[in-house]
Amino acid sequence: METLLEFFSFSSPNVRMVTLGTVLLGAAAAVVGSFAFLRKRALVGDAIAHAILPGIVLAYVVTDSKHPLVLMIGALLCGWLAILSMDYIGNKTKLKTDTVIGLILSVFFGLGIFMLTAVQHTGRGNQAGLDKFLFGKAASMTQTDVFVFAGFSIALLIITFVFFKAFKILSFNRDFALTLGLPVKWAEFVLATLTVLAITTGIQAVGVVLMAALLITPAAAARSWTDSLVRMIFIAAALGALGGLVGSYISFTAPNMPTGPWIVMALSFFTLFSLLFAPKRGVFAKLQLQRKNREKIITENLLKAFYLTGEKTGNVQAIIAKETLDSYRKFPASEFQFALRKLKRKLHIIGNENGWRLTETGVVKAARVVRLHRLWEMYLTERMNMQSDHIHPNAETMEHVITPEVEAELIKELNRPEKDPHESVIPY
Amino acid sequence: MIPAVEAHNLTVSYARKPVLWDVDFTLPQGKIIGIVGPNGSGKTTLLKTIMGLLKPDSGYAELLGKPLDDIRERIAYVPQRESVDWDFPASVMDVVLMGRYRKKNLFKRLTREDKQLATEALEKVNLLEFANRQISQLSGGQQQRVFIARSLAQMADVYLMDEPFVGVDAATEESILQLLTNMREDGKTVVIVHHDLQTAQSYFDWIVLLNTRLVACGPTAAVFTDDNLKDAYGGRLNLLSKLGDLISQKEFPLREKGFEDKKAHSNPPEGKE
Repeated sequence: METLLEFFSFSSPNVRMVTLGTVLLGAAAAVVGSFAFLRKRALVGDAIAHAILPGIVLAYVVTDSKHPLVLMIGALLCGWLAILSMDYIGNKTKLKTDTVIGLILSVFFGLGIFMLTAVQHTGRGNQAGLDKFLFGKAASMTQTDVFVFAGFSIALLIITFVFFKAFKILSFNRDFALTLGLPVKWAEFVLATLTVLAITTGIQAVGVVLMAALLITPAAAARSWTDSLVRMIFIAAALGALGGLVGSYISFTAPNMPTGPWIVMALSFFTLFSLLFAPKRGVFAKLQLQRKNREKIITENLLKAFYLTGEKTGNVQAIIAKETLDSYRKFPASEFQFALRKLKRKLHIIGNENGWRLTETGVVKAARVVRLHRLWEMYLTERMNMQSDHIHPNAETMEHVITPEVEAELIKELNRPEKDPHESVIPY
Repeated sequence: MIPAVEAHNLTVSYARKPVLWDVDFTLPQGKIIGIVGPNGSGKTTLLKTIMGLLKPDSGYAELLGKPLDDIRERIAYVPQRESVDWDFPASVMDVVLMGRYRKKNLFKRLTREDKQLATEALEKVNLLEFANRQISQLSGGQQQRVFIARSLAQMADVYLMDEPFVGVDAATEESILQLLTNMREDGKTVVIVHHDLQTAQSYFDWIVLLNTRLVACGPTAAVFTDDNLKDAYGGRLNLLSKLGDLISQKEFPLREKGFEDKKAHSNPPEGKE
């Protein structure tokens, strides 16, 4: 608790710098990464992150300076070269996109490592620290670094805001944007530049190797929570910033813990959590839906069993014993108990020592299932020309699926038939 | 009358392999026109070339007597439904509003008028109640109608649509046809890529019959003759496709320099919008 307070008091200038830096980097990378994610270019980001290494080393060799601005210009030019090379090779050869991306990534990165090693062996005095770009150096960010990053991040957010409509239509339907005569090439150029910039700033925190995570994971997590592009970008930015905060905090409380990898760990956790637990799109929500469907099917089947057994005796509300139901359809014991409990609780059936019977509301519910079943059998024979001895399995499923709207259409289209293909009366 | 579309000696290739050979025709205004032909006959390629999305190896296309760049605002394009990812985070209204995007408002907010036009377009395709629905939750036919609504929102004069009847149920097909008829009554021209020979005859006033080359172009009754159909659907011309393969394998240029058949613009294009 004490460390938490100490951290959030931001009394140490170092903590203040590192936290501010990583929060800004996280948010900016997430915003740009959202578009890379939507344009299905996740791997391009990874390739660029690796490909800017030779640019950084070269910028240092040429200027003999490690000022972040200088290194970023080197990185930007090199990132641009990588993008252009990818486009050129993709257009001029028959290589597939993933091959081209892999090619550029490894060739540029290999060159970068080679140059880095060469520089380290020259024994230049101030070269120490260049290799930090490989794995990031968030904890040793200086005030200059943070000012430069802050400047870039804010510029990046403003440009994204200004170009928002252009990026949106470009990501959704590029061809259509072209036919409107919009400056698509221009927008792509700006978006690519922003991506390179975000990557260049981001690798200072997490390094070349982990940069793709900073771009893509917040977007992937945010997509699970919303269907609106604006909201998605805000959520991604918030998660990116939160990741930066968590990473800084952990490396503050646990000495010798690296900031960058902890940012990525935090972001990965957010993504995993979102993929599992997001409403509607999450795995958990999907399982829940499946379970609900299964429950609906077994309770409706039991209702139908009561109705059909009663129908034979001429009284759908007749009291029916378990054995009679079993002779109609063998329900697995656990399902039977479950459905029975459900129906009792909803007061669709009531029971005594001899068995159970449908209540008034139970009859209405059960009649609907039987009606849908028989209507659908009518549809199958009349519209799909199926034989009447082939239609039962299909209708057995569809009776649970058909919605009231479809039911109304069915009745209209079939002219409210009195009997189904097996000559059973359709209850309305 | 100025033709709605003029294609002049269009030759187009994909990865060096010619898909369209010297296609040359003019289409009148105020008609519902079908571009019809078997699979792989170059229908979509033709539409994309007219819309400037593909560069012809030779020849040119003009719309309403002008190069596309001069009159973009009078032309609307409906791409194939499958050409986009419908899981994109956007609502129906978002997509239809894209029909109002222009070069001059790209960095501004859309106006109230833009929103009104988009709403009216949605009303015309009967999707008003779905305006705020996420686009992935729509059926195939509804997604198709969203695209058509987006083109209506463009308030154009010539509409080029790529397979708008694919994946659409009978009732939707009927309502789209009614919509097209209304558009024709308003003097609009609609050009539709269509693959179904059965329905083509009743849908279109005018037909372009295509099979990598132009087979016939004219009023439906004149084009739909047994000879023409046999010509278009009886398979590719053997020698022509052999030559196409040769060009692509040996990497020959499709046209020699100086024979690209581009239109010489004697007068500089008027103020671009």
